[in-house]
Amino acid sequence: MQIGIFTVGDVTPDPTTGRTPTEHERIKSTVAIARKAEEVGLDVFATGEHHNPPFIASAPTTTLAYIGAQTERIILSTSTTLITTDDPVLIAEDYAKLQHLTDGRVDLMMGRGNTGPVYPWFGKDIRDGIPLAIENYALLHRLWREDVVDWEGRFRTPLQGFTSTPRPLDGVPPFVWHGSIRSPEIAEQAAYYGDGFFANHIFWPASHTQRMVQLYRRRFEHYGHGSADQAIVGLGGQAFMRKNSQDAVNEFRPYFDNAPVYGHGPSLEDFTEQTPLTVGSPQQVIERTLGFREYAGDYQRQLFLMDHAGLPLKTVLEQLDILGEEVVPVLRKEFAALKPAHVPEAPTHASLLAADVVSTGSTTREGSTTREEEAEV
Amino acid sequence: MTYRVVVISAGLGEPSSTRLLADRLAAATDRALRLTGEQVSVEVVELRPLAHDITDNLLTGFPSGALADALETVRDADALIAVTPVFAASYSGLFKSFFDVLEDGSLEGKPVLVAATAGTARHSLVLEFAMRPLFAYLRADVVPTAVFAATDDFGADAGLSQRVERASRELADSVVGRPRAAAQDPFEDPVPFAELLNPRA
Repeated sequence: MQIGIFTVGDVTPDPTTGRTPTEHERIKSTVAIARKAEEVGLDVFATGEHHNPPFIASAPTTTLAYIGAQTERIILSTSTTLITTDDPVLIAEDYAKLQHLTDGRVDLMMGRGNTGPVYPWFGKDIRDGIPLAIENYALLHRLWREDVVDWEGRFRTPLQGFTSTPRPLDGVPPFVWHGSIRSPEIAEQAAYYGDGFFANHIFWPASHTQRMVQLYRRRFEHYGHGSADQAIVGLGGQAFMRKNSQDAVNEFRPYFDNAPVYGHGPSLEDFTEQTPLTVGSPQQVIERTLGFREYAGDYQRQLFLMDHAGLPLKTVLEQLDILGEEVVPVLRKEFAALKPAHVPEAPTHASLLAADVVSTGSTTREGSTTREEEAEV
Repeated sequence: MTYRVVVISAGLGEPSSTRLLADRLAAATDRALRLTGEQVSVEVVELRPLAHDITDNLLTGFPSGALADALETVRDADALIAVTPVFAASYSGLFKSFFDVLEDGSLEGKPVLVAATAGTARHSLVLEFAMRPLFAYLRADVVPTAVFAATDDFGADAGLSQRVERASRELADSVVGRPRAAAQDPFEDPVPFAELLNPRA
């Protein structure tokens, strides 16, 4: 089980002081949070991607490379990479380069973004969200697996004899998760490729997440990647902890009440009941998180949102200490004890490389005919 | 077979003249549908108790418990009777907010009877200038007669009963004449990937 954090990079006023951090402070805080995540023993740090205020989450590979240079072990990921409006050629190049620089500590989560005008800003139409996600990823998938690509599609200028450089580290493309809150097409896409599926279910009821995950698992098996319970599932989570749960509630309430996504709506109590948000003691977070597998099955990655809604850096770092010291060791042990042996761990560069060596007998993968070419015929 | 008639009442008072009109329309529709020899179930969705949940849904993007049930009830209805009080020259904000959080496509082709109440008859064209366009946008199949009841109509004016009967008959005819579409569940029957990748194939 990989346990980590994900951030959307929002610049939000601290509702208890009214103070808004500068972009510079927030960017530096993000780096400090990522370093802390490694220090306390987390497995993954993922950053979002946005191209508008109040976010500082543009240029994700710049951020991740900088963090990569200051860390040694933690996996650098995204939450999410905008597969709709980003050029898949640039994604192929940027993340392959990041792979090399960080010795393979890279994976990605594809998403469609949540701000309407981003589409026209990048010359796209929001009504094409799903077709863009499908076509752009089909190209990206080939660019990482075929040395020379001829390609033509609906949304991007054609490519003839194009080689994306650098080639993926060791010939092994970064592992990809597909994130979606409510689109069954994306669960289908993840299943088709045998990629991971990430349900960021922090703003949605468990019943909905369950349907999405079940669809992905069923179709993963349909496409022949293994049994449904071997599909690679990631889940979001959101927690605020103090030793005494009432202290956590009191401290977090103003941040909850004013949060950009759900503020001024349901009460903290209702929202914690309806969604995975847990505000309380570390033990409560442990119990709640272990409960996720009851509706998602044995899953491979758990990411927590810890740094949003204007929480000051000092508080976030304290939260990470609690997460790393009191929650993660127990979760790892408990999840490991519950997981059947045939359910795989989340793929890493090392595990994908090992599998590649076994299947091809070499450490570099030649460009090969793949399923999506057949599907295109 | 059982026809499912769902009534949405956005009245805020207790008792509410909006609910009173809604109940008369529901009873008349029930009678008209039973003439076909089929069973009829009538469910009433009062919006007042859902007001907080509707606002929460606008803010969080997902419906909670009772509201989720109500939205499902409306989606699965064979016929809808939608009744609102007139506020500031239109349907009430609560009424509109309920349809704002309804899942896209929920009312597509669904037979709908629209009705409204107000203090005086001067507001009656709200049905034609506000209600019909809303349900046209939602691609519902609105029956020709819309029923308006001013406070006075609950007294001497016998015309209300006739309008209720006529509109309900139209709604029943519309339900009976409509083939029941098998509900498509994108989670049970996803579009296969090859089709997503190449929609024309």
